Amino acid sequence: MSWETVIGLEVHVQLATKSKLFSGSATEFGAGPNTQASIYDLALPGTLPVMNEEVLRMAVSFGLAVDAEIGKRSVFDRKNYFYPDLPKGYQITQLEFPTVGRGSLKIQLEDGSEKTIGITRAHIEEDAGKSLHEDFQGMSGIDLNRAGTPLLEIVSDPDLRNAKEAVAYLKKLHSIILYLGISDGNMSQGSMRCDANVSVRKKGATEFGTRTEIKNVNSFRFVEKAINYEVQRQIELIEDGGRVVQETRLYDSDKDETRSMRSKEVANDYRYFPEPDLLPVIIDDEYIAAVRATLPELPAARCARFVSEYALSAYDADVLTSDRAMADYFEAVVTMCGDAKLSANWVTVDLLGLLNKSDLLISESPIKPDQLGTMIARIKDNTISGKLAKTVFEALADGETDVDQIIESRGLKQVTDSGAIEKLVDDVIAANPDQVAQYRAGKDAVFGFFVGQAMKISKGKANPAQLNELLRNKLKAD
Amino acid sequence: MLSKTVAELASALTRKEVSSRELTQAYLDRIHELNPALNAYVTITEDQALAQAETADTRRAQGNAGPLTGIPIAHKDIFCTRGVLTACGSRMLHNFISPYDACVVERLEQAGAVMLGKTNMDEFAMGSSNETSWFGSVRNPWDQVRVPGGSSGGSAAAVAASLCAMATGTDTGGSIRQPASFCGLTGLKPTYGRVSRWGMIAFASSLDQAGPLTRSAEDAALMMNAIAGTDLRDSTCLELPFEDFTALLNQPLSGLRIGLPREHFTTDLNPAVQTILQEAIRQLESLGASFKEISLPNNYLSVPAYYVIAPAEASANLSRFDGVRFGYRCANPANLDDLYKRSRGEGFGDEVKRRIMVGTYALSAGYYDAYYIKAQKIRRLIKQDFDLAFNEVDLILGPTSPHTAFKLGEKVSDPVTMYLEDIYTIAVNLAGLPGMSLPAGMLNGLPIGMQLVGPSLSESRLLNVAHQFQLNTDWHTLRPEV
Repeated sequence: MSWETVIGLEVHVQLATKSKLFSGSATEFGAGPNTQASIYDLALPGTLPVMNEEVLRMAVSFGLAVDAEIGKRSVFDRKNYFYPDLPKGYQITQLEFPTVGRGSLKIQLEDGSEKTIGITRAHIEEDAGKSLHEDFQGMSGIDLNRAGTPLLEIVSDPDLRNAKEAVAYLKKLHSIILYLGISDGNMSQGSMRCDANVSVRKKGATEFGTRTEIKNVNSFRFVEKAINYEVQRQIELIEDGGRVVQETRLYDSDKDETRSMRSKEVANDYRYFPEPDLLPVIIDDEYIAAVRATLPELPAARCARFVSEYALSAYDADVLTSDRAMADYFEAVVTMCGDAKLSANWVTVDLLGLLNKSDLLISESPIKPDQLGTMIARIKDNTISGKLAKTVFEALADGETDVDQIIESRGLKQVTDSGAIEKLVDDVIAANPDQVAQYRAGKDAVFGFFVGQAMKISKGKANPAQLNELLRNKLKAD
Repeated sequence: MLSKTVAELASALTRKEVSSRELTQAYLDRIHELNPALNAYVTITEDQALAQAETADTRRAQGNAGPLTGIPIAHKDIFCTRGVLTACGSRMLHNFISPYDACVVERLEQAGAVMLGKTNMDEFAMGSSNETSWFGSVRNPWDQVRVPGGSSGGSAAAVAASLCAMATGTDTGGSIRQPASFCGLTGLKPTYGRVSRWGMIAFASSLDQAGPLTRSAEDAALMMNAIAGTDLRDSTCLELPFEDFTALLNQPLSGLRIGLPREHFTTDLNPAVQTILQEAIRQLESLGASFKEISLPNNYLSVPAYYVIAPAEASANLSRFDGVRFGYRCANPANLDDLYKRSRGEGFGDEVKRRIMVGTYALSAGYYDAYYIKAQKIRRLIKQDFDLAFNEVDLILGPTSPHTAFKLGEKVSDPVTMYLEDIYTIAVNLAGLPGMSLPAGMLNGLPIGMQLVGPSLSESRLLNVAHQFQLNTDWHTLRPEV
């Protein structure tokens, strides 16, 4: 039996405003419990919400970035339920008239092709506080610092067909959000949280299967693992004659499994109705145009520009532009050295390798863009060979700062004096008569042996282009 | 002295016939004497009042006084008052000391008014007789076996019994106007959005408005000058330039066109009340007003629509009272569910619970369209009726209540009869319009009010008409013997 997976994602993005959605409290992460909770956040009687305009601007900028319809009249609604970390007993959200309507996003699949993922909507809502169930001996603590923090909930269409696509979509979303600067996107701190709606159906079926919702998965890797686990669980369940129950499931990363949280079949009735304490938010074309004018170059456009302007491969351009900081880094390197292709190689292979190994962000890179740019410039002007540049790179990674000083002190300068190289070539030819005979008998592969010998003797410093040319000439000439 | 109007007291203060300190002390003495019987106040802020009075006297001596400086006021216990119990007539908030002031309280304090205390009210403003209060019923000073009306019953009784010079009230479906009618006062419910709701404990957010309960239209205008105006803390508060509500008071009424809604003058209305209204109409005619019958065809739907919309909003507004952060918490909760159920079960009274249940039901999946959406449609029709009427007339006149104050206990066990108390007032809230009640006559020793309703933001005009009426009648000057 062949199965198809259907996935839709609901992504909550915490917007990086200074103050909360409806109160003046600060939103900074990590403050002492309840130090960022005002009388409104505590839902004291008589308090009222006042909309933070910055949230609207951020939501509209996101909508424009995913080519979405912008709601010119968005309406806040109350979603009613009781929970101790929801002080008002309702969450203010947008049900029928969200600020961001239908849009879409292109993702790159592993085979290099592109796929368009529909975005159903994105609406503004308040975050809840946090319940702390440990350390209170049979009681729960409540921290309302997060209560009322602005969220943008981005809902995708059920267009994703496997966990890898889901992750690609999520990464693309993450990238856009960071480009826009509307969130720090930090998943481990909960600034970006993902709920995955997962179902399976027989290949070719038109109806969706019963879905489960996996809540709050807090890393890209866990999203992939949680979905894969859940897909396998559902398939096995159905193949064993069972039935998938519509429910919310929690992913346990320690055990790598999902487990039932609560059944949605006895679903809460949230009794939504329009929030009478807030007026509808009305915006006009002028406002939208003003927000559009502030948009930075977005990943898709930048990727296309990298291909056309720097003649990079689509793959390299995608890797470099997926992260705004990375793309900025790359462009700074290119400006220093003038060689986009070399810069792309050094950034995507060597630098990314280094960062991954030490688990660092590009912003934390021990090698600054001007250093890497200078180093590549030294390759370009034949001061060092590409091979010896690795030594320079390692020295930079270890904390040395001056590229020219590294080259000087380690004696990495290339030998470009043609007399010296000619002597080297003559020595190598004289010392290896057997191999010379083989080469001349037509065994071209032996050429590499001569290069190797020459490099060994010169400790890698011979200019490879000059060396190759002289070797070929001498081997031919005699 | 204590039964004088604010305007009269202000000139007495200016002429140094009395100090605010003396006036305040006199009111406090009267409160101590009469409040045990009337139960109009739930909290008396004696020390604070005397301190504020002294500040007011200093201000007046410095020539820095407005008309309300040094005038003793009572606040309905729905307004948050910093450092003072704010219980909203409920056991749920029997221990809630507000850490902040409501906008209305703040502005009256800035104007120099002296807060004597907090007045009794129907629990969370849900009631038309003040009998749903956790702090017990309030007695009508005109006849202590009768109700003062509600929900601002404590404020109305306090002004009527001269336990303060003026008081704040709130009106969601008639809660200022009906007690004003029952107690012989002038009460104004401003246009929705005129007065900030910040710090006013919400009953039904789209209907609630604060307003004055006073002895005259002029006093109401003076209070409006202090409390009305833009407040950025309430997003539904209108952004308007300052308006002097006393400016039009002395404008003559010639040319004024007043509409009489056919639907309000039917056999449902007590004939004696009808007669009193006819007399008031003749009076206004003699002052230059002309009258015309109009129709508000959807008015009969206002009570049912209101009892969907108001409870729906209330059901959410009252969710914050959960025993978690403030207010009443049940003893020894076994778990979270138990904490919620018992805190709310024990903290709320029957009428509040009834409305939470009605509202929850109206918003439930499967019923929302049939109740909430339909009620909103009716609300638009009701608003339309008024809009059409105001194409033809400047104001509408009618009864405030079908009858005079009824007896304590008479209606409390029959919610529907109680809900019909507000049949003439509710449509005004649904349409967001300004409405006022002013004394129009006496019936068997009890006051009876008439209601004036105007288009949006026409408060100054309403006050003008009321003031001109009061210059030519003395119903508003009658005081009960307590």
